[in-house]
Amino acid sequence: MLLTSRQALLVGPLFLFLLVAYILPFLGVVAWSVTLPDWGLGQYQRAVSDPLVVSVMWRTLRICVIVTLVSVFAAYVLAYIWVRGSAWQRLIVELCVLIPFWISVLTRAFGWLALLSNRGLVNTWLQSLGILSEPLTMVRNEFGVVLGMAHFLIPFAVFPLVSSMRNVDERVLMAARGFGASRLRIFWQVFVPMTRPGILGAALVVFVFSIGFFVTPALLGGGRSVMAAELIYLRIFQIPDWGLGAAISVLLMLCVGLILALFLRRAQFGQVR
Amino acid sequence: MKGLRPGPVALILAALAAVFLMMPLLAVIPVSFTPKRFLSLPQDEWSLRHYVALIENPIWLAGIWLSIRIGIVASLLSTALALFFCVGIWVFRPRLATLLLGVALMPMVAPPVVSALTLYFFLVTLGQYNDVIAFDTWLGVALSHAVMVAPFAVVLITVALAQVDRRIDMAAQSMGAGLGTRVFRVILPNIRFGIIAALFLTFVLSWEEIGVTLFITSVDAVTLPRLMWMGLRDNIDPAIAAISVVLIVIVVTTILLRTIIQGLRAR
Repeated sequence: MLLTSRQALLVGPLFLFLLVAYILPFLGVVAWSVTLPDWGLGQYQRAVSDPLVVSVMWRTLRICVIVTLVSVFAAYVLAYIWVRGSAWQRLIVELCVLIPFWISVLTRAFGWLALLSNRGLVNTWLQSLGILSEPLTMVRNEFGVVLGMAHFLIPFAVFPLVSSMRNVDERVLMAARGFGASRLRIFWQVFVPMTRPGILGAALVVFVFSIGFFVTPALLGGGRSVMAAELIYLRIFQIPDWGLGAAISVLLMLCVGLILALFLRRAQFGQVR
Repeated sequence: MKGLRPGPVALILAALAAVFLMMPLLAVIPVSFTPKRFLSLPQDEWSLRHYVALIENPIWLAGIWLSIRIGIVASLLSTALALFFCVGIWVFRPRLATLLLGVALMPMVAPPVVSALTLYFFLVTLGQYNDVIAFDTWLGVALSHAVMVAPFAVVLITVALAQVDRRIDMAAQSMGAGLGTRVFRVILPNIRFGIIAALFLTFVLSWEEIGVTLFITSVDAVTLPRLMWMGLRDNIDPAIAAISVVLIVIVVTTILLRTIIQGLRAR
């Protein structure tokens, strides 16, 4: 017995619930991927050779990398002020991070549409000022997707960065200052390297979240710059091509699992505090 | 110390990032007062028609009520299961604790779309045997949400348990307290704030859940986010702006109140 009966009584219910409602159904999805429409690995072959699927996968990867870079950069600056700014600066940054964090992804995507769509605020202003004659297309394309996704993910990246910046030992910075290092040099050669675990953690969170992200790309991409998650949705609900949709899901799951495994391995060897 | 305060470059960049974060939320406000039926800025007159529509149109109220019901069931179920689970892990420290925790956190780290397809499979399969918990039923949505939010409850309660002093529990045990007494009289009172936080967070996450909901509902179980999605996808309905402003006001008031209360306590 791995668990005694009393242990199983406490730990068991959630485990059973997830087993029935999550793990077994996921195996069912895996089964779909190798049986629909025919038995075999044909759908995986399609997923890596079909030009449409491959181009969607590359776009997904490209957008996720850009979103990760943008989000971690913005989050780093915000976290820096949150930890080291004056009381007022801290309060403002805290509010600007927490308020969007608690607001639904739909409201935030709607906000971007209200700002950037052809009849949105920015185009209305620019046209009434006479700067533009034709509306500038800023959503329903990749640009809009990157903005919306970064907006959603920045707060998630701020939290690991804040906690790693709080761990920086003040005395090390004072020592560097004592040896005559300039402010810029202290920042780049002492502070940034000491917060590397936070940077890696933030990048991991953003990348893993963005890779299977559905809502924001579907709304701000407007069906034109389709990403992996939307492709799966279309293959299940619009063109009945369940085998391919399931195969892409399994590939995404493997991809995230691999990234997490690599990260945890690194963490175990003590390179990430 | 003064020399290590953020310099002007950092302040300017952070200000830009902060503006970037707040901008789309502010943009929603003027749009919600437009007198027109489509997304536009109010030109001459400001109108409350989209707010009135929220109250008068039964579809919105039905969506809100459904989301509340689903949120309550998902929150209670996931928090209760997570509570049992975490207390079990904390008390017994089984050898498989890491593996068990890994399984419990899976729905949180898996790509949302994969979870959505998985839960779709779950409900479609169940739907072959019954009509109550099936695709496009409110209980089906509530169960699926419970799966998705349970990991967050596990995280919050684990963090709360990590701060409990084990010696209190050991003292209770050495005085002859049974498992029931230890759990209900010693452990639970010590993590009550963690439990409340878990109930609150799981409700909010279920209330605004859309990624999974899109896969497991169609015309019957239309939650508030699902309604908003439909209004955003087809043509952009300014009623979405009105409901968004209401939601933003609720969030901002809550956060400001919390900040003020914390500020007063700190004094």
